[in-house]
Amino acid sequence: MENIISVKSLEKSFKKHQVLKGVSFEIKKGSIFALLGSNGAGKTTAVRILSTLSKPDGGKATICGHDVVRHPHQVRECISLTGQYAAVDEVLTGRENLKLIASLKHLPNATQKADEMLKAFRLEDAANKQASTYSGGMRRRLDIAMSLMGNPQIIFLDEPTTGLDPQNRIAMWDMVKELAENGTTVFLTTQYLEEAEYLADHIAILHEGKITAEGTPDDLKTLLPRGGVQLTFNRTAEAKAAAELLNEYPVTFDQENPKTIDVTTDGCAAQFANVLTILTNANINISQFTQKQPTLEDVFLTIIGEKEAQ
Amino acid sequence: MRIISDSYVMFKRSMKISLRNPDAIAMAIIVPAFVMWLFGTVFGNITDVGYDNYINFIVPGIILQAVCQATTAAAITVNNDINKGIIDRFRSMPISKSAVLIGHVLASVARNTLTAAIIIGVAFIIGFRPEAFVADWLLIAAILILFMLAITWLAVICGLVAKTPESAGSMMGPLFILPFLSSGFAPTETMTGAVRWFAENQPMTPIINSTRALMLNTPTENALPLSLIWSVGIIIIAFAVAVQVYKRKLA
Ligand SMILES: Nc1ncnc2c1ncn2[C@@H]1O[C@H](COP(=O)(O)OP(=O)(O)OP(=O)(O)O)[C@@H](O)[C@H]1O
Ligand SMILES: [Mg+2]
Repeated sequence: MENIISVKSLEKSFKKHQVLKGVSFEIKKGSIFALLGSNGAGKTTAVRILSTLSKPDGGKATICGHDVVRHPHQVRECISLTGQYAAVDEVLTGRENLKLIASLKHLPNATQKADEMLKAFRLEDAANKQASTYSGGMRRRLDIAMSLMGNPQIIFLDEPTTGLDPQNRIAMWDMVKELAENGTTVFLTTQYLEEAEYLADHIAILHEGKITAEGTPDDLKTLLPRGGVQLTFNRTAEAKAAAELLNEYPVTFDQENPKTIDVTTDGCAAQFANVLTILTNANINISQFTQKQPTLEDVFLTIIGEKEAQ
Repeated sequence: MRIISDSYVMFKRSMKISLRNPDAIAMAIIVPAFVMWLFGTVFGNITDVGYDNYINFIVPGIILQAVCQATTAAAITVNNDINKGIIDRFRSMPISKSAVLIGHVLASVARNTLTAAIIIGVAFIIGFRPEAFVADWLLIAAILILFMLAITWLAVICGLVAKTPESAGSMMGPLFILPFLSSGFAPTETMTGAVRWFAENQPMTPIINSTRALMLNTPTENALPLSLIWSVGIIIIAFAVAVQVYKRKLA
């Protein structure tokens, strides 16, 4: 499948503070892409450049084949932005906000489209109330409904679930999945690993101005194969003995259960076999054996930890 | 053309915003009506400007003063928009960039026109007796609308450069005083020194003089071309500055 967004060596500074130091990635048409990063990593900065609101200092970004700097108007034709902070007109009602966007996009039967959106986003009861009276979650929903008017090819969602309660968050996740199923390309940013892991087809981790890791959720897990096994024994003494025997691997004792140890391996079968052989030869019985897959959280923390250690 | 349809949509939006803003309504309707009544009745009895009817004399001055004051609403709404997320939505859409500003300007001119009509209406009730014909009224409308456009583009600049809506409003302050330092409330010949020089040479004086002459069917002399030159000149410069500030602000 073709790349609908292509970003090469993107750079951006604010005064002396270099926020993006050469960011590159490609996004396939119809996929869900997650840009993952902690506070101040530069996610919003990247989204603003791609949505033509701000200009990069260096590098190149093309969306739907158009350069974001040279042909912003064509780029705007195929994108829709939902920024980190709700971009609704507070004085207008929910319905008026939707109709405003419909008119600006020259959509036929704006009233009907607005009503459909109000229904889809559970805003019918508040349709004729000014947006200033909406709760945070309602405002967010209206904001996204406005972005979806006219079925854009690409939708940017900058931290779409920040500040939402669990119920609304799950509704948001369902909506994002549904959008992608209908062919919309979704570019979302998030600070939550589980969110990226659950939603995205492709994840890029932005840290200190660079993409420190990227790939599918599975790729990222194997990128740093810090898998391991958790072993539980019948007696604490056995656990201690096992830890001694396995000292070629990093071993930690479980904090809650002294009969349990965690052995870090490369995650491959050969090392598991070796661990088991050592213990069997020493006649130590294992009462429980669990393979531990690294979570994206581990990946994220490890990458950040390594970068900071350097 | 795109800019026209986009500006029209934005104009309707700005009108809706105006209608929900009690301050803007008060500034556009109630305050000017009251000021006209006050000047026409109370001050009219104590002022002698050489006209047999003081109300006939001050209508243009009252209109200009009210327009300046009511146009703060444009500065405030522009400032509100520019500092809120909605502007990012507009800018990321394939619409004409200046449409949002043009919408506010047109809504402001519409409010100002209502203000002027209300002032003329109240003036009529308390004794205003113009001698203008239809063609004169059309010319008066043109002069006043150009003036409104000029003031509104200045308000847009205030709205764009100010940090808060309050300071955008107060940046318009000097414009409230200008009509009093013109031929609006007393003939410039009755003034002295620097005040007189200023009153004779500032743009509001020819605008007031030409409007008054057309209303009362007296010769406009060079006040008419001067007023048009001033208004059009201010519109061109203020528009150019506003667009530059807008672009820079959102770079
Ligand atoms: N207009 C600006 N002027 C100066 N500095 C800015 C500007 N915008 C962003 N920054 C700085 O750039 C850095 C990255 O900001 P950005 O908003 O892109 O981060 P983010 O990843 O979106 O963070 P968050 O998760 O908090 O939203 C921050 O240090 C921020 O202070
Ligand atoms: Mg952000």
